Amino acid sequence: MIPFNFDYFKPDSTEEAIKTYTSEWKLGKKVVYFTGGTEVITFSRGGKMTADAVIDLKGIPDCTVLEMVGEKLIIGAAITLNQLIESDVFPLLSETARRIADHTSRNKITIGGNLMSKLNYKECILPLLVAEAVVVIVGPKGMEELPAEKLASGILEEGTFLTQIKVPVSNLNLPYTSLKRTRTTKVGYPIVSLAALIKEDRIRVAFSGLDEYPFRSAVVEATLNDRTLSDEQRISKAIAKLPTSISDDFLASKGFRKFTLGILLTEMNTVLEGQP
Amino acid sequence: MIMSNTSKYTVIPLLVNGQSHDVMVRSADTLLHTLREQIGLTGAKHACGNGDCGACTVLVDGKPMHSCLMLAVEAVSEEITTIEGLKHSEMRQAFVEQWAIQCGYCTPGFILNCHALVKEHPDADDEKIEEWLQSNLCRCTGYYEIKQAVKFVLEMNKKNG
Amino acid sequence: MQNGFHKTVGTAEQRIDAIEKSTGNVKYLGDKLTKGMLHAKVATSTEAHAIIKSINTMEAWKVPGVHAIVTGDMFPFPIGPILADRPPLAFKKVRYYGEPVAIIVAEHPYQAKQAARKIIVDYEPLPIVNSVEQAFQKDAPLIHEQSGQYTKIIDNVYPVPGTNIASHIKIRKGDFGQAWAACTDTFTATYSFNLSDHAAMETRSATVEINPDGRVIVHSTSQSPYTIKKIFNQFFNLEVGKVIVHIPMLGGAFGGKGAVQLEPLAYLASNAVGGKLVKLHFEREEDMMTAPCHIGFNATVKLGVNQEGKLMAGQYTFLIEAGAYSDQAAGITRAAALDCTGPYHIPNVWCDSYCMYTNHPYATSFRGYGHPELTFAIERTMDQFANKLKMDPIEFRLLNAIKPGHTTPTQSVLTVNNIGDAAKCITRAKELIEWTSDPVSTTKDGLIRAKGVALFWKTSTTSTNAQAGAILLFEPDGSVKLSCAAVELGQGTKTILAQIAAERLKMDVSEIHVTMEVNTQYTPHQWRTVASSTTFLAGNAVLAAADDAIRQLKKIGAVALQCSEEDLEVGNSRVYIKSDPMKGIAIKTIALGYKFPDGHTVGGQVIGTGVKMQRQLTTMDKETGFGDPGPWWSVGAQGVEIEWDERNFTYKIIKAVTVMDGGTIINPMTATQQMRGGIFLGLSIASGESFEFNEQGVIQNPDLRTYQMMRMGDQPSEYIVEFIETPSEDGPFGARGIGEYGVIGAAAALANSLSSATNVEMNKLPLTPEMIWRMKGEAYDSVQF
Ligand SMILES: Cc1cc2nc3c(=O)[nH]c(=O)nc-3n(C[C@H](O)[C@H](O)[C@H](O)COP(=O)(O)OP(=O)(O)OC[C@H]3O[C@@H](n4cnc5c(N)ncnc54)[C@H](O)[C@@H]3O)c2cc1C
Ligand code: FES
Ligand code: FES
Repeated sequence: MIPFNFDYFKPDSTEEAIKTYTSEWKLGKKVVYFTGGTEVITFSRGGKMTADAVIDLKGIPDCTVLEMVGEKLIIGAAITLNQLIESDVFPLLSETARRIADHTSRNKITIGGNLMSKLNYKECILPLLVAEAVVVIVGPKGMEELPAEKLASGILEEGTFLTQIKVPVSNLNLPYTSLKRTRTTKVGYPIVSLAALIKEDRIRVAFSGLDEYPFRSAVVEATLNDRTLSDEQRISKAIAKLPTSISDDFLASKGFRKFTLGILLTEMNTVLEGQP
Repeated sequence: MIMSNTSKYTVIPLLVNGQSHDVMVRSADTLLHTLREQIGLTGAKHACGNGDCGACTVLVDGKPMHSCLMLAVEAVSEEITTIEGLKHSEMRQAFVEQWAIQCGYCTPGFILNCHALVKEHPDADDEKIEEWLQSNLCRCTGYYEIKQAVKFVLEMNKKNG
Repeated sequence: MQNGFHKTVGTAEQRIDAIEKSTGNVKYLGDKLTKGMLHAKVATSTEAHAIIKSINTMEAWKVPGVHAIVTGDMFPFPIGPILADRPPLAFKKVRYYGEPVAIIVAEHPYQAKQAARKIIVDYEPLPIVNSVEQAFQKDAPLIHEQSGQYTKIIDNVYPVPGTNIASHIKIRKGDFGQAWAACTDTFTATYSFNLSDHAAMETRSATVEINPDGRVIVHSTSQSPYTIKKIFNQFFNLEVGKVIVHIPMLGGAFGGKGAVQLEPLAYLASNAVGGKLVKLHFEREEDMMTAPCHIGFNATVKLGVNQEGKLMAGQYTFLIEAGAYSDQAAGITRAAALDCTGPYHIPNVWCDSYCMYTNHPYATSFRGYGHPELTFAIERTMDQFANKLKMDPIEFRLLNAIKPGHTTPTQSVLTVNNIGDAAKCITRAKELIEWTSDPVSTTKDGLIRAKGVALFWKTSTTSTNAQAGAILLFEPDGSVKLSCAAVELGQGTKTILAQIAAERLKMDVSEIHVTMEVNTQYTPHQWRTVASSTTFLAGNAVLAAADDAIRQLKKIGAVALQCSEEDLEVGNSRVYIKSDPMKGIAIKTIALGYKFPDGHTVGGQVIGTGVKMQRQLTTMDKETGFGDPGPWWSVGAQGVEIEWDERNFTYKIIKAVTVMDGGTIINPMTATQQMRGGIFLGLSIASGESFEFNEQGVIQNPDLRTYQMMRMGDQPSEYIVEFIETPSEDGPFGARGIGEYGVIGAAAALANSLSSATNVEMNKLPLTPEMIWRMKGEAYDSVQF
C-alpha cells in the first residue's frame, strides 16, 4: 500500500521523457524514473521515498533493445534480469543476474533499475566493471557516455536517466566466474558477491556486499595477479589491501565478511585456473 | 504516452482471465490491490507486499509476476491470469492429490508459478524447480509435497506426450 | 449391511478444505470485501523505552479522509490473558519499538497510513533493556514499575515487584541439594537464542462493528474466539452475549494468533467512529514488529548421574524472554517448568523458570509452547553429558527414559494411559536415521556427514477447565452438519472431526458437512484452538454429540419400527434391528422426526450435542510446583542428518526423521503433513531465524527479505515420518494431540548433528554459517589462511 499519490507517465521516446521531467520538475514536483519499478514500489510503501510524478521508461524503444551493434553489445536499461539470463549474450552477467532476488522478481527487475538502485548491492554492475562497459545517459543537457564505474556510487545529475549499457564484444566470452554468499538461504542480499574474468592472463574482479558501494580495485587486482606469491599469500594480502572499510551489520559482521571473501577468492582461483 | 494522474482516479482496461474489465485506480495502486479490491478476484493474496513471498503471484503474459510489485497502470494491455482462471489446470489437481495444501494461503501463488514452470520447462530438473519455486514461501508444508506435485505433473505430461 | 460405510479412522481421507483452497475460493478474512468500511492504521513507537511527553495529531488530521484518531489516554487500562499488564495503546510510556501509540481511522487504507506517519510523539528516552540476561541483572532499568499491582487473570503467575520478573515458577521435587552432592558425575551448560517470528503467511487482521443495539460484531484471524469475548467483557464491560465473534479459515497461525491484540484496537477504532465497520489489517512489517512474536530463551541446565549413569538430580534455570509485556510468555514460563526434565526420570528436580520483561516486542504462544525451547537445552545437555560419560547418546537416553510408574517434575504419576512410549520412539528413530556407533563420516566430496537425535515430550497445558463442545444437526437427507468452535488454521482439524463423527455414526465421511467458519453465535464454547488440544477436546465432544444423536435416532426408530431402543443399531445411514439387519429404516426418514403413513408424527429434528471438559487437572503449588497440569504426555523422537562443508561453514540438511507416539492416528496423511511441516518450521527457525536488534532495541530485519526463512531447496531432501500408536484411554478412538509436536525436537536434533560435525558445542541459535564460525572460536575480525 503506497500511502501517497503520484502522476504516472509512460513516454514513448527519450525526448518525451526529458520534456515530461522538465515540465513536472518546474512545477516543483518530485519526479522519479522507473523501469522495473520494484524498488520504487517497495521503497514507497515502506516510507523510504516519496514521489509526485513517476516516469516509466519501459515504453522507450532505446531502453528495450538487446542486440549486437558492431563491436558492442547494447543492453537497454529496461531489459529484465530474466531476459538477460535467457538470452545469455553475456554469460558472466547472466550468471550474476541469476543470483539476484528470486526468479519471479527477475521477471520485473531491470538491469537499469538494479544499476540505479538506492540499495548498496547493485550486483549487475560487477560484470560491467570487469568488462569495461560504458553506460549511456540522457538528460536535459543531452546524451553522454560514461564508464560503468560512474554508476557504482550512484547519483546522476537531476533529470538524467540511464538508457543503455554497452559492452565490448571482445569481453563477453572470456573465462569467468560469479560467486555469491548470503547470510543463509539462496535468495537474499549478498554478504559478499564477486564477478571475475580473465583477460590477457590477468584476473579482474569486482565486489559487492562488502562495502557501501560495489567496487573494483587496482591494488587488490595487482595482488591477486602477483605470481611471485602463493595462492594463499595472494588472497590474504589482497584482503589486507581492501580499499575501504568493510561493512558490519546484521547480515554479517566485518570479520565474517572477510572470512567469506577469503573463501570466495580461493574458489574463484580454482574455477578460473580450470578454464582455458 | 500513457498517463494516469492523481487528483482523480483513472479508468484503465485490464484483461484478466480472458475477460476485460474497466477499473478505477490510483496510479499508486498495485495490480494486487486492484485485482482484489476492484475486480473482486481475491485468489492472489497479500502476504508481504514486498516481493518476498510469492503469495500474490499471477501470470502476466504467461510469466509469473509478483502482483504486489506491479502497478495496475503497468498491466494495461497485458494478459493477466489469476488462480480463478486456472480452475482446470492439472497443477491445481496435483496440489490436492499430493497433499501440498495445509492452510492454503500460499497455494494460489504456488500453483500459478508451478503451472508456468511446467509449461515453460516441460523437462524441468530439480535445479530448475528449485530456482523457480524459491520465489514462493510456504510456512506450513515444508515444500516436500509441493515439489512432489510439480514432479507428478511433469511425469504425467511426459507420459501423455 | 456394511457396504456403504467404510472405517474412516486410520484412513487418509482427503482434506475437506483442499479443493476450495486450490481454486482460490476460500475467503480468508482479508478476502471479504465490504464496500464502505473504514480502515484503521496504527501509528507506532519509534523508541524502545521512553516516556510519552505528548502526542501531536494535528498534521494527521489534515490528511483527507481521516475520521478519527485514538490515543492511549482514551483507554488507559492494561489488559492481558494471564497478567493484565498491557494497555492496548501505549499510555504514558512506550516499552518497545513498534508499540501502537495511536490508531487512525480513515476512508481508505492509504489515507490511514499517510496519517499514521504524521502523528508526532514527543518522547523522553529511558535506558533500554536490550537482552534477557540484562533484564535479570539487579540494577537493570525497570520496565514495569507497577508490576505488583497488575490484575492476575488466571492462577500461577507470580510477578516480582521491583524487578523485571513478570513471573517466577518453581519446581521442587525430592531433595536436589543432597542428591547433587551424591552424584558421581555432573554436567552444566548454558543455552540461548533471541526472539523470532511466527511468520504465518497470512498476517493478522480484525474488523469490528458496533450495532446500534449494542451488539459488537468481530471478525478476526484468531485462534481464540471465546477469549476475545472474555476480554471484551472484562475490559470493555460488554455483555458476553452481545459480543459475536466470527473466525474464517486462517492462513497459518503457529500460536501467534492465539494472542488478542488487534481486536481491542479495532473495537476502540470503531467506537471512535460511532460503531461503523472498521478494519485493522497488519502489513508484514507490523505483523513482525508490532504484533507478538516467539519468545527468546536463556537456559542453564545442570544434570548429575550415579555410578550406573542414571540421572539422579537436575537443576534448570530458564529465562523466558517475554519482551515488553507478559502475554502468553507467562504461561510458557509455567509450561517449561512443569516439563523441565524432558522425558527422563529424574527423582530430584529443582527448577526456576522466570518470565522476563525486556524492551523488545512482546512474545506469545508459539507452536510447542515452551517445549521446542526447553528441548533444545535438555537434548543438547544429554548429548554432551553422554560424551563426557563416554556413553552412546541414545543408550544414555534409553537408560533414563521416562516410563509409566515414574512421576513428572510436578509429581504427576504416569500410567500406561497417559504417556506414550519414549523408549520405542527413540529406538525406532535410531533405526530410521541409521544411527551407528560413530555418527560422523566423510563423503567422497570431502563433506562431513553427521547425525543428531532428540527425544521429547509435552503435555497439553490447557487451563484446568478447558473444554469444547460440538453440535451435530441432521439434515432431511440424513446427512449431518457438524459445528464447533475449533478453528481451521491449516492443521486439518475439521477433516479429523468429520472422520470422528463419521466413524461413530458409521456414516460415510462425505455425509458430514463441517462448518468451516466459527461463529460464536451458534458454535458452542471452546477454550481455544491451541495446545494440541483440539483432537482431544473437540474430538471427544464430537463423540459425545454422536452418542447423543444415536440415542435420539434409536428413540425415534424404536417407535417407527415398533421395537425397543436396545434392539437397535445405527449404521450405514440406517437405524436397524441388530438381530435382523434387513429390518430397519433410513435415517433420512427420521432425521427431522418420523411421520407415520396416517399422518401422526414422532420425534423431531435430530440434534446431537456434546461437550468435553478437562478433568482432574489442578493448578500448581506456588513453592513446589506440585500438581496435575495436563491430561496426557505425547512423546516423540526426531533425528536429523546433515552434510557439513567445513571449508565455508555451510551445511545441507539431508534427512529429517520424526517418530511420534500420538496414540491412535485418525488420519495418517494429515498427521504426516503436521509432522513434516512441524520439523520444517523447527529447522527453519533453528537454522536461520532470529530478530536482530540494534543498540536502540530496533529490529533490523522486519520483513521477509531480511528475516530469512527456508525456501524451496533448503528443506531436508528426505522427510521420514512414522507413528507409534499407543492408544490413549480417554482420547477419541485412542488419539492424543499431535498438532505442535513435529516442531519440538527439530532445533535440538539439528544442533546435535552440527555439534558432532564441527566438534564444537552448538549451544546458541540460529545456526547460521556465521554463528557456527563464531562459535568455532575464530577471533573477530581476524582471518587465518
Ligand atoms: C525480492 C527482491 C530481492 C532483491 N535481491 C537483490 C539482490 O540479491 N541483489 C541485488 O543487487 N539487488 C536485489 N534487489 C534489489 C533490486 O535489484 C533493486 O531494487 C532494483 O533497483 C530493482 O530494479 P527495478 O528495475 O525494479 O528498479 P526501479 O524500481 O525501477 O528503480 C530503482 C531505482 O533506480 C531509479 N531508476 C530506475 N531506472 C532508472 C533509469 N533508467 N535511469 C535512472 N534512474 C533509474 C529509480 O528511480 C529508483 O530509484 C532485490 C529486490 C527485490 C524486490
Ligand atoms: S505479497 Fe507479493 S510477494 Fe509477497
Ligand atoms: S500451506 Fe500454509 S503457507 Fe503454504
